[in-house]
Amino acid sequence: MPTTDQPAEQDPLADAQAGPQNGPGAGDTDMLEGASDGPAAAATSFSRDELLKIYYGRLFPFEEFAKWLAYGHDSKHPRADATFFQRREFCFTLDGDIFIRYQSFKDKAELQAAVNSRQPAKIDIGPLYNVPPQRRNAYSGLGSERAFAPVERELVFDIDLTDYDDVRTCGKEGHICQSCWPLMALAIQVLDRGLREDFGFQHILWVYSGRRGVHAWVCDARARRLTDEQRSAIATYFAIYKGQENGVVKLALTQTLHPSVQRAYTLLEEAWRERILPEQHLLEDEESWQGILRYIPDEDVREKLQGRWSSGRQNVEGNINTFRWLDLAAEVEKARASAQRSKDFSGAHGLRRACEEIVFAHAYPRLDMEVSKKMNHLLKAPFCIHPKTGKVCIPIDPAAADEFDVDAVPTTSQLVAELNNAPADRPSKGSDWQYTSMAAPMQSFSSCFLESLVASNRASMNSQVQSAVAAPSLAW
Amino acid sequence: MYKNPPSGDVSLADFEIFAVDRLRVLKGIEEAKSKGQRGEQLQGTVKDLVDKHLKGGQNVAAAWKDAVSHFVLRLAYCRTEDLRRWFLAHEADLFLNRFREELLGDEQADFIQQNNLPYAMMQPKEVEALVDDLAAVAFSVGNSGLGSDLRNGQGRHFYKVAFEQVPDLVAGRRVLIRGGWAFLPRSDIASLVVGHFRAHLSKALVVTARRWAASLAEEEADRLTPIVDSLSSRYLGPDFGEARLLRSDITADQIPILAKQSFPLCMQNMYQHLHEDHHLRHGGRLTLGLFLKGIGLPMDESLRFWRAEFAPKMPGDKFDKEHGYTIRHNYGKEGKRTSYTPHSCVKIISATPGQGDYHGCPYRVWEKEAVRAALQKMKVTPGKVEEAVNRAKGGHFQLACASAWEGAHRCPCDTGINHPNQYFEESRKTLEAKDTKAKSALPATPLPAGAKQQFQLASPSTPMQTA
Ligand code: SF4
Ligand SMILES: [Zn+2]
Repeated sequence: MPTTDQPAEQDPLADAQAGPQNGPGAGDTDMLEGASDGPAAAATSFSRDELLKIYYGRLFPFEEFAKWLAYGHDSKHPRADATFFQRREFCFTLDGDIFIRYQSFKDKAELQAAVNSRQPAKIDIGPLYNVPPQRRNAYSGLGSERAFAPVERELVFDIDLTDYDDVRTCGKEGHICQSCWPLMALAIQVLDRGLREDFGFQHILWVYSGRRGVHAWVCDARARRLTDEQRSAIATYFAIYKGQENGVVKLALTQTLHPSVQRAYTLLEEAWRERILPEQHLLEDEESWQGILRYIPDEDVREKLQGRWSSGRQNVEGNINTFRWLDLAAEVEKARASAQRSKDFSGAHGLRRACEEIVFAHAYPRLDMEVSKKMNHLLKAPFCIHPKTGKVCIPIDPAAADEFDVDAVPTTSQLVAELNNAPADRPSKGSDWQYTSMAAPMQSFSSCFLESLVASNRASMNSQVQSAVAAPSLAW
Repeated sequence: MYKNPPSGDVSLADFEIFAVDRLRVLKGIEEAKSKGQRGEQLQGTVKDLVDKHLKGGQNVAAAWKDAVSHFVLRLAYCRTEDLRRWFLAHEADLFLNRFREELLGDEQADFIQQNNLPYAMMQPKEVEALVDDLAAVAFSVGNSGLGSDLRNGQGRHFYKVAFEQVPDLVAGRRVLIRGGWAFLPRSDIASLVVGHFRAHLSKALVVTARRWAASLAEEEADRLTPIVDSLSSRYLGPDFGEARLLRSDITADQIPILAKQSFPLCMQNMYQHLHEDHHLRHGGRLTLGLFLKGIGLPMDESLRFWRAEFAPKMPGDKFDKEHGYTIRHNYGKEGKRTSYTPHSCVKIISATPGQGDYHGCPYRVWEKEAVRAALQKMKVTPGKVEEAVNRAKGGHFQLACASAWEGAHRCPCDTGINHPNQYFEESRKTLEAKDTKAKSALPATPLPAGAKQQFQLASPSTPMQTA
């Protein structure tokens, strides 16, 4: 990411009172893609910049956003650390790809004022540093112990559909639709269960990235304190997908599966049969089934299936893809049994794995590892607006990931239109989002994430003992 | 765990003797590892070393000696990064092997408890609840012995550890992880404990270094400082000095061919720079000069050699004036008249050559491409080139050097490399054993008939196998 490490040239508080001042300029009128075909065509009379200004001014949930990132330190609790929020790095991307890193704000009000005055096209969240990033220069060159350094950061994951281009048939690159969403839903389910059951994390926020992917923010205190090495270890723990070689996916699978991998397989296998195969039409035409047959180590089996499938569509009941998958599985099993009988154990083993490998290769989550490995990697904040689509990066309830509808994600123009229809007598202060389609995602943000996080912040501040358990003492 | 230094009086003599004994153990471990010893074999060697050197004796309790020697060496080895690294690595090996050797399962558990380590033995009920998954993990990492034991109701001693403690095992999916705990079979706990030991010692060394520099060194200037100083540079193998000098019949003319055949990379490098630049800075002159003395180049020949190498840039009389003294000094013929011994690998590796200096260990100092190119030029077999490059990259410089030796001589190096002169000696032995017409290896001046014999008689150490 190209970054200009330039400090904010003005005090964000300076124009907090002044509010937004730059009116729509002559060059500001380019409309955003897709905005006009949303249900909110009425709002298209606003330029992108105007929409953004209204969104930040009236809809962005600063209250909840800041509550999350304060982790309880915004309270009067004796253990609250008043500098906590202030040590967090924000990075603003302004129009023309100008990155302003190392922004930091005392509290919600200061953040809100800065956002409203600068109108960032994108906001990224960085780590928490030992000192407020805004004042990092005052601490440079003080010797290694006090040097400016990140000390805390959510454990984050980034999964992007562009990494699945070789296994989706409905579209490529920036494309996303209801046929390829199951891949994302699956990624959410696999990771979410692993993070909760294996690592014991509880406060996980899933967010739609605004275009073609999802982000996870693991916010448990224990997750925030992980070292880079530990982050990397967790990312690697989930990295079954290891890239590709000659059109075949490389997988980190052991002879017999680790229980967590086995659990993932159970999830994948069902989704594979029920949604991915039929919706991606993976066994319908020769080109795509070729890609799948490659994983079968036995040439006879491949030829048999190939012959049968290319001799026209059998008259099958139900979905052709599912039907052929069962056909494939049966054929592979037959070959395996015969290899076993003739004591060809490695052949038998290869065949036993073939179906598993196909499923893992096509459906297992493909992580952007670099994002997770480093504490100081920036990641786009939830509730941002994707500059290309105008969609809001809204939270996703992991338990309902399957039903998440990418086409129903609200855009700024839609929200602004809804706002125009909001009751005129609503309180002048407060969150206008409740009168728009932001209400449902905000509800899930609170119920799936924020409420329990706030409760646990309070509990852990109340109990010294608890934190002692989470961080076993090494003072010996 | 050596948390607190022992309190009590130690006589200065004990102070030094204990420390040297422990040093012998650590060096013994280093040597065993450089020979490729691992696992049980290494554990056996460590046990022998401990029995031989650390057991105490009349009136000396083993634990006392153990603690005193550890703390003395801490002082001696805290002062530079390299010394600390060396000490830490070998103390950790010593600790690990003793933990395995000397403590039974339950004692290990006691040890863990006493030292307040953040691991807990799993309750039988907990194991019961997870037994299928524990077995599945055992099978998935290829430990089917443990896997079947678990299914048969055995092998149920597990520790639980916060997953943060075992990032490697997490990354490799080599443990069962549930609810933030990693569950480790008892046999794996030793390597974890040693991790703590390392971390603890590493911190302690830095603290000691600070205190030593701040006050101790001065307070102890007359008492401990000299001992401590000498301990850290002590090389306990044969010192390749006067007493060890096996031959003194090498001539200056033989150096080029010997360099090509039998010099380790560090010496080849210095020699080559000297030869091409007709100059070598002080550090290099000293290191190479002592090495040459060690291989048996007499003082007169040495003067002749250096004079000739410098000649294109420096007239003979000027050379004699400027450098003659140093060379005679090296041979103990000037100044304090002590005869200086050639530098060991440890010493060369810990040197910090500046710009224009060439006296470091190339495996440490060079980029891996440079090492690769140099070894290829030495005609080291390709497999060994890569092995050496990788070992060097992993910080195992002497092991890298041993790989190079093996690749250049095409036979295994049983002794490991601890000293450039040893590299040379092993090389000559092997080449001369291989080539019965050894004389042809030294074409410039054929050796006198008896010389070769004397050479072989004098080194009755492990025979080299010919490949
Ligand atoms: S390991 Fe020893 S002999 Fe080999 S190059 Fe390095 S210093 Fe020289
Ligand atoms: Zn699609």
